[in-house]
Amino acid sequence: MKGIDLISHAKNTWCPGCGNFAVQHILKDLLAQMDGGGLPLENVVLVAGIGQHGKLFDFMNLNGFYSLHGRTIPVATGIKLANPSLRVICVTGDGDSYAEGLDHLIFAAKRNLDITVLVHDNRVYGLTTGQFTPTSPYGYRGHSTPRGEREMPLNPMDLMLAAGATFIGRGYTGRRDELKRLIREAILHRGFSFVDILQICSTYNDLTAYYNERVYAWSEEDAGDRQAAERKAGEWNYSDDAKIGLGVMFRHTAPTFEDAYPVPGKMSPDERAGWVARILSERS
Amino acid sequence: MAEGEVSVLVGGKAGEGISSAGQIIAHLLGQLGYRIHMYFDYPSLIKGGHNFAIIRGARGKIGSVRSRVDLILALDQETLRVHEGRLNDHGVVVYNADTARYPPGIGIAIKSILAAEEAPPVMGNSAILGAFVKAAGIEWAFAEGVLTKSFRKGTGQNLRVARRAYEASEERLRIPATGMTGLPGFTGNEAMGIGLVEAGLGVYLSYPMSPTSNLLHFLAGYSDEVRIRVIQPESEIAVILAALGCAYAGTRAAVGTSGGGFSLMVEALGLAGMAELPVVIVVGQRAGPSTGLATYTAQADLEFAIHAGHGEFPRLVIAPGDAEESRTWIRAAMDLAWKYQIPALFLPDRIICEGMYSLDPSVTMKSRADPVMAGPDIHPYLRYAPTDSGISPLRFPPVKGEVIRVNSHAHDTDGITTEDPGITRTMAEKRQKKMLGLAAEIEGMHPVNIAGDTDATTGVLCWGSNKGICAELGETLSLRVIQPVALWPFPEKSFAEAMDGVERFFGVETNETGQLVRLVRQFGYRADGMVLKYDGRPFMLEDLEQELRRVMA
Ligand SMILES: Cc1ncc(C[n+]2csc(CCOP(=O)(O)OP(=O)(O)O)c2C)c(N)n1
Ligand SMILES: [Mg+2]
Repeated sequence: MKGIDLISHAKNTWCPGCGNFAVQHILKDLLAQMDGGGLPLENVVLVAGIGQHGKLFDFMNLNGFYSLHGRTIPVATGIKLANPSLRVICVTGDGDSYAEGLDHLIFAAKRNLDITVLVHDNRVYGLTTGQFTPTSPYGYRGHSTPRGEREMPLNPMDLMLAAGATFIGRGYTGRRDELKRLIREAILHRGFSFVDILQICSTYNDLTAYYNERVYAWSEEDAGDRQAAERKAGEWNYSDDAKIGLGVMFRHTAPTFEDAYPVPGKMSPDERAGWVARILSERS
Repeated sequence: MAEGEVSVLVGGKAGEGISSAGQIIAHLLGQLGYRIHMYFDYPSLIKGGHNFAIIRGARGKIGSVRSRVDLILALDQETLRVHEGRLNDHGVVVYNADTARYPPGIGIAIKSILAAEEAPPVMGNSAILGAFVKAAGIEWAFAEGVLTKSFRKGTGQNLRVARRAYEASEERLRIPATGMTGLPGFTGNEAMGIGLVEAGLGVYLSYPMSPTSNLLHFLAGYSDEVRIRVIQPESEIAVILAALGCAYAGTRAAVGTSGGGFSLMVEALGLAGMAELPVVIVVGQRAGPSTGLATYTAQADLEFAIHAGHGEFPRLVIAPGDAEESRTWIRAAMDLAWKYQIPALFLPDRIICEGMYSLDPSVTMKSRADPVMAGPDIHPYLRYAPTDSGISPLRFPPVKGEVIRVNSHAHDTDGITTEDPGITRTMAEKRQKKMLGLAAEIEGMHPVNIAGDTDATTGVLCWGSNKGICAELGETLSLRVIQPVALWPFPEKSFAEAMDGVERFFGVETNETGQLVRLVRQFGYRADGMVLKYDGRPFMLEDLEQELRRVMA
């Protein structure tokens, strides 16, 4: 399998310079490599939200479920209930998962659902032309906030730690190799893996210079230490001037949702009929 | 007592086990060979407040209660205050002598009975049951058998409490055995649970909401035995989307809720339509709008169920009229949802969900619909391949060498998003074609019941839980009762047959505007009048008889 075979015939409609390209090519290369290395391609399912990020569904030759805005994670939950051996990757946006579908993100982390959530965090509603999102910086000016946004952003790293995510990382589309390694580890993690991908929106929110000045690699030696993770999560509040750490922020092992609800064997028609007959006769 | 039948009211405070006492009385009557119906009335609270159940047994199949009763079992004075007026001449009252006073009745000193058995206060309902058994002239040995099966826990102690109260009571009347075989009693929720298991359910998902919470509890209780998983996600939105995820990966899922929760599911209902994903959605109707009356009934979501969602897409809407139809039609709904890859809405009202009915185990449905599967020789597999029926054969991931895509956007045959006008139109037509096949298949499934005087030229049109009460009054008043079970696609042909020879008809519905009456008008049938009820309570037999006579005069 070559990575290029994973790119579909659908016409690509992302803006030139869009950070989505980086994620697409990383996924294509990674999944092609992993296909020979224990993760057969047919076992991968992309669940896409609605936004520029979601178009990845069309641009890739992968099993997929193109869901509603904000609703990748509950769909992934159902897919995993039906077949836990599928590797489900949710491709979602900051509007998609931090606004419209925030509850699902928190609950997937709480349950340690064994999926990977990639948040294409361009910190803007790309598809609907640049309104602010929960992670837009304070004062962000868009069509809906011409005089500047007056809410402080949400810190998704803090949030995921509090919600009980067992793998939390942050990447940046301007640091491709690190991002590729991070996504690979997220996919290989058993349990809920979350990656906030700081992604360049070349049209509405080009923060390339801002990120390039501030990003640095976290030491991952203490990735199992929750207090260290809290400290790292608090370094940057998604608005102010501070260093922006990248890499695995927190990682630990815990029983998964799939462990708690294993797929039971099927009842035969005779067993089923026997059960019904018993239920009916118990009341006769 | 009305000829050949008996009605019992049991009442007390919430938390005193009125529902289970009512169910046990229903089982007793069922095993004496009566066809039963129980109406359970409770406010939305956990402790305190007045609860009561009316249990009616008759020789013919019934689905309603009378407002007048032959026996009142009162665990408190409030029960007598509210319901004394219902008592028939020669009616009998059994009451808790510690909390109520009713000199002509049979007072039972429940507290001392419980003390003698060191039993907790919740077993007071067993005492009232024991006293009822004696008052109703039912043999202890017979009752003991039914009680033993009915108590969920503490059977020995409950039985001893009941026995002591039996001894302290006195025979006042005699409820004779009918000589017919006994039938088990089930609520609609339980019957739907049974039907779902028979339909090959894999996963049931629900966010608790009356009146379908007991379906959630029933399935959860049996989940290990029947090897299903019962999941309670964070919201109805999560519930329905997870069910669609199950469908994509090949597992049969059903969800249960009421109007409020269904409102939250509506965006995903359209997704099921567009992406062609099967799911069964149980919408137990309660009185709305908004939070409404959480524990009371209505039939006000018919138009909502038929029209919910933006855009146009095929769906199935079924409204069962009793426990048997709950069991058989929910299984059919699941099969049809999978055959046509559509959402199926199952629309019981609260009386069906939480009311108890005699369930004849031999009533099953013959026709079965299997999903259309794609063979392994077809390559490349196209999830939305065009066919004459509009049904694209299914495959589920993982399939080596194939890509399986479902999409909420307009899409091509491979599931890739499109904005092309031609593809958009073709795919919309493909989805609508499924509706034609479904409509034809429904016509062959006896989707419209006719009862009462089937030759009468005056008709009563009803749906859902009004089936039973209308059928009974149809007999008394010589009316032809027409009850569509399948409501969408509307079974035009079967309905026309049912209406053949009807010169005038009247709608009976538990809503304010006559939603079924409005629906059939679309097909050219104009009702001559309506009897509507929208106070959260079901029609009582005597009241509906009077109302029908009035509108028909
Ligand atoms: C229920 C609903 N509300 C609103 C929209 C319109 N909408 C489409 S995409 C989007 C925002 C996308 O933002 P984000 O998730 O950050 O994705 P991006 O385009 O930035 O990748 C919105 C509001 C929708 N499709 N559905
Ligand atoms: Mg965005």
